[in-house]
Amino acid sequence: MSLSPADITAIWLSLKIASVATLVSLPFAVAVAWLLARRDFFGKSLLNGIVHLPLVLPPVVTGYLLLVTFGKKGAVGEMLDACCGLVLSFRWTGAALACAIMAFPLSVRAIRLALETVDTKLEAAASTLGATPLHVFATITVPLAFPGILAGAVLGFAKALGEFGATITFVSNIPGETQTIATAIYGHTQSPGGDAPAMQLTVISVAIAMVALMASEMLARRVSRKAADL
Amino acid sequence: MSLSFKIQHSAGCFSLDLAVSCAGPVTALFGPSGAGKTSVLNILAGLIRPRAGQILFQGETWLDSDKNIFVPAHARAIGYVFQEGRLFPHLNVRDNLNYGANLSKDRPAHASFDDVVDLLGLSQLLHRHPRNLSGGEQQRVAIGRALLARPRLLLMDEPLAALDVARRDEIMPYLENLRATFALPTIYVSHSMPEVRRLADEIITLEEGRVTGQSKNEHQP
Repeated sequence: MSLSPADITAIWLSLKIASVATLVSLPFAVAVAWLLARRDFFGKSLLNGIVHLPLVLPPVVTGYLLLVTFGKKGAVGEMLDACCGLVLSFRWTGAALACAIMAFPLSVRAIRLALETVDTKLEAAASTLGATPLHVFATITVPLAFPGILAGAVLGFAKALGEFGATITFVSNIPGETQTIATAIYGHTQSPGGDAPAMQLTVISVAIAMVALMASEMLARRVSRKAADL
Repeated sequence: MSLSFKIQHSAGCFSLDLAVSCAGPVTALFGPSGAGKTSVLNILAGLIRPRAGQILFQGETWLDSDKNIFVPAHARAIGYVFQEGRLFPHLNVRDNLNYGANLSKDRPAHASFDDVVDLLGLSQLLHRHPRNLSGGEQQRVAIGRALLARPRLLLMDEPLAALDVARRDEIMPYLENLRATFALPTIYVSHSMPEVRRLADEIITLEEGRVTGQSKNEHQP
């Protein structure tokens, strides 16, 4: 297998974008999952709907909405540029944002399931021992749900790695800046003689996705086995 | 002990309506299952916020629905021994025991870690995980964990009910020891008269969410 430098860059960029997307969105995913699993509040079904929207919308629509909102002339995009010099459109950071949003519903679903397996009676016991709600969350809820949280992160990572529609709409397909494995494959299929490099990247993409899915599956099985032990 | 409370609460078709002043030091809440004993305990612990009521413990107001005062469970300085142990499955016995102890360092300790471990016979179990303990062992750890949290009030919800007769006989001496060693204000919930007679100084009888009797208890060893 001989990959062109541009393809190797695309692979690294994909891993970087997916990693940043996963790590930055994870705390938010845990917080939202916790709200959905443990709290009843006004607008809960609305929040649930918004979180799941990227799962059912055409990715191009999500990408276009991102462009309109976070683009150079978008309301939020202009503000971010003015206040902290953060430009998202046509940058790898924008690709990370698009991937994070597309992967968010998958992570939240997995993490929510994991949080729901944690016995609230144990959390109550911790609070009678003097633990504040935050301390209970950090020392009881998160450790007990940890394999599931990890599984959610892995699933989100795999999704972020393969994201195409929202990414190409929002940040285009710029080699070395926003070109990921997925958009690079698309580029190869559009040019004559691109079959071989497209196939090489396809194999790599399948391999990365398989590893991530297997890791997630393994962790999920550990959660259910642990739950059966208790 | 100086604990008095007035509670009005309802959940489904079940309702609680009682006003109690406990003399202690060990007060038993006695009654058939479904009488509302555990609900009272959960309200005293701050795990349930009742519809209306007041709880006054040693001059502190834990609950006053008229003034909208509600002290949450973690700020009440209690120890709660649940019917089913509720040990943290991801922590070994030592870490379970230390969980509350590490959060209550500003209060004076009733006994050192080693004393509690000795009293409850836990020294061989410290590195084990809860899933590898028998029911009786789990309950002893749960008692130790509650004691080491430096509680000012100990709440015990049928700590022997989930155990078979042999395990009960195994734990009873520890409970009597506890009572003799610490004289800690305790609310002990049970539906077993022999247990209550052995452990309590005072017996409050509950039926269908109402108090039907309150009497002193002479210990019958």
